[in-house]
Amino acid sequence: MHKKACVAMLLAGGQGSRLGILTQKLAKPAVPFGGKYRIIDFPLSNCNNSGIDTVGVLTQYKPLALNSYIGIGSAWDLDRMNGGVFVLPPYVKEQGGEWYKGTADAICQNSNFIDRFNPETVLILSGDHIYKMDYSLMLEFHQKQQADATIAVIEVPLDEASRFGIMNTDNEQRVIDFEEKPAEPKSNLASMGIYIFSWPVLKKYLFEDEVNQNSTHDFGHDIIPKMLADKRNLRAYSFRGYWKDVGTVESYWQANMDLLGERPELNLYDSKWRIYSSNPPRPPHYTSTTAKITNSIIAEGCLILGEVENSVLFPDVYIGPGAKVKNSIIMSGAHIEDHVVTDKAIIGRKTVLKQGTVVAAKKLDGQQKIVVLDIDMIIPPHTTIEASLSCSPPEDALCKREE
Amino acid sequence: MIDLMGIINLNEAEEHVGELSRSRSLASIPFAGRYRLIDFVLSNMVNSEISNVGIFIQHKYRSLVDHLRSGKDWDLARKRDGLFVLPPAYTRTPMQVHRGDVENLYSNLDYIYQSRQKYVIIAGANIVSNMDYRVILEYHKNTEADITVLYTKANCGTHDCVRSNILGLGPEGRVLTISEFKDTGGYQNMSIDMFIMKKDLLIELINQCIARGDYDFVKHCIIKNVKKLKVYGYHHPGYAARISSLQSYFQHSMELLNPHIWKELFFKSGLIYTKVKDEAPAKYIHETEVTNSLIASGCYVEGKVENSILFRGVKVHKGAYIKNSVIMQKGNIGPGVILENVICDKDVHITANKQLKGEYSYPLVIKKGRVI
Repeated sequence: MHKKACVAMLLAGGQGSRLGILTQKLAKPAVPFGGKYRIIDFPLSNCNNSGIDTVGVLTQYKPLALNSYIGIGSAWDLDRMNGGVFVLPPYVKEQGGEWYKGTADAICQNSNFIDRFNPETVLILSGDHIYKMDYSLMLEFHQKQQADATIAVIEVPLDEASRFGIMNTDNEQRVIDFEEKPAEPKSNLASMGIYIFSWPVLKKYLFEDEVNQNSTHDFGHDIIPKMLADKRNLRAYSFRGYWKDVGTVESYWQANMDLLGERPELNLYDSKWRIYSSNPPRPPHYTSTTAKITNSIIAEGCLILGEVENSVLFPDVYIGPGAKVKNSIIMSGAHIEDHVVTDKAIIGRKTVLKQGTVVAAKKLDGQQKIVVLDIDMIIPPHTTIEASLSCSPPEDALCKREE
Repeated sequence: MIDLMGIINLNEAEEHVGELSRSRSLASIPFAGRYRLIDFVLSNMVNSEISNVGIFIQHKYRSLVDHLRSGKDWDLARKRDGLFVLPPAYTRTPMQVHRGDVENLYSNLDYIYQSRQKYVIIAGANIVSNMDYRVILEYHKNTEADITVLYTKANCGTHDCVRSNILGLGPEGRVLTISEFKDTGGYQNMSIDMFIMKKDLLIELINQCIARGDYDFVKHCIIKNVKKLKVYGYHHPGYAARISSLQSYFQHSMELLNPHIWKELFFKSGLIYTKVKDEAPAKYIHETEVTNSLIASGCYVEGKVENSILFRGVKVHKGAYIKNSVIMQKGNIGPGVILENVICDKDVHITANKQLKGEYSYPLVIKKGRVI
């Protein structure tokens, strides 16, 4: 095996429980996004575009959709002879097996995988952020600073800073202080959860952390503070650009809406930095003489006879005549029949809304909640839905029956 | 596993498609917003479980080879069988002027010999349809025919049947005559020039033709033998568009705006595959008016689009109005531009406020890469 300069490890095992129905049946990195993508497309495409061709994807929670999506990595050009993408689930060892206890533990349990490539550095990524980033620039920075660890940071509004891991740096971008979700943040430099470590250094810390009974085996909680305490050379790498943690239904919905408009901060149409994804073979979408589409994103294979406004439509969606879809995210294969109205809704894959159904929460003080409908549901005609609904087959009447 | 191999024989006359085929073969003419003509026959073969496809190419094949590459997008990049692109090899016919497709088949006879399948389907790339060849193979076996010819009921009053072959059918679908279309309108049994036969018979026909000095596969190998062999017609009941001229290209493009045809062609018995481009989904900005149109991925629409087809990555700026037109890949239609009955080839840029108009029966074609 050739020596690799950098191996990426993508943490994709998180449950993403705050996404509710969206992650009830699949892992968060596999959640569909932006009319075509899944969240994991962003870090994987960034890897390809940054020239990183070896990626380990650590999976754990409901991995079926994710594993089959990743496949051999050909969608991101990561089906390589030497390197490529590797799905790394927890496995049984001589002393028995266990789940990944934390982010650091997940890497530690796969140190043999990393060692195969004998890399100088390891890039740690998470599978739940929407952003475009050239990791090769961060790697250059890391090498130039001869850092032991480099942490990507982004400026966030100070009043939101307490939701993040916050860095304090000196004027040479040296990290002097790190606090996980501080009540009173000292700066607005938030960790993006993207780290580059020198592999020999990280390995030492991982093995020490592994035997520490008091550790939560987490990079932010344990490894970084320990390295700081040891006066290691930790640097903050500033990133400017769009970056969104889609941890909640609101932020997920907002991130989708952020794509609309004339000049969104995240440009998906840049041929120099493509976001790769699986490309289902679908024809161009059809808009009928009755269709009316404004400020929306529409994927291939859709058939549109009604009105679509400020919405994101995934492939194969049908919008019937007289239907009004507004401020909504409609997942692939959903069937919206005639005179259905949706407002601020997320409609799951292949769900059928029979004619005349209304899906929208009531406005309270000008605020409107997002309504999420599960996948494979069938909503009877003229139903009014004001709150999120999921279905659990086979008894549930709202679930589609096996055909 | 099906005992059938596919031969795509690219021998169609392309000069009648005019500008669109100037630098490409008919097979690689862009069609339906994201495809090239060859995608339809190739996808039908793959969807019919055919895993061995030989594409016999003649000339102007740069864009076709670029499109097909390893065949991976059609699931034909295989260790066993897969996609074979076969240009004329002159080893068997040294120093000879290349006159027709039989010579090309003959010069690549080794490939046909070595293929493991017992039956072969020979098709061109000029027919746009969605069909399952497995059904036709069954029919072929049941009739115990030597050759099965596929045909469609074409309305030659409204559609271009010029240079097509018309079948004269006897009882039970036996083909009695095959003759070139004479200027008579109405519904005709038009051959779509797809043939199923045993591989051994194909080899025999090729050898016979070469021995006689013949060179045209349909004319000399098939039509000359109609009386000698047991030839049956198979009626394809579904949609089949024959692209043989600029007019038929435009007419059949516009037919795709019928959702029934759209559904049948792209979903009926299998999906149509093509080279993937990783474009983002299409984007509509405020105040767009897009009706009765097909919009591919990567499009960015600000203007008005009516009865038109936009290929991948087309930009339509504010105030532009596109009517009854086909804009191919990466077209850039400037603000205030008005287009009617226009076909823009790839990478065309129409700058602000230009007005271009063709006739429905004679669309205006803008050459690839032109800036107007």
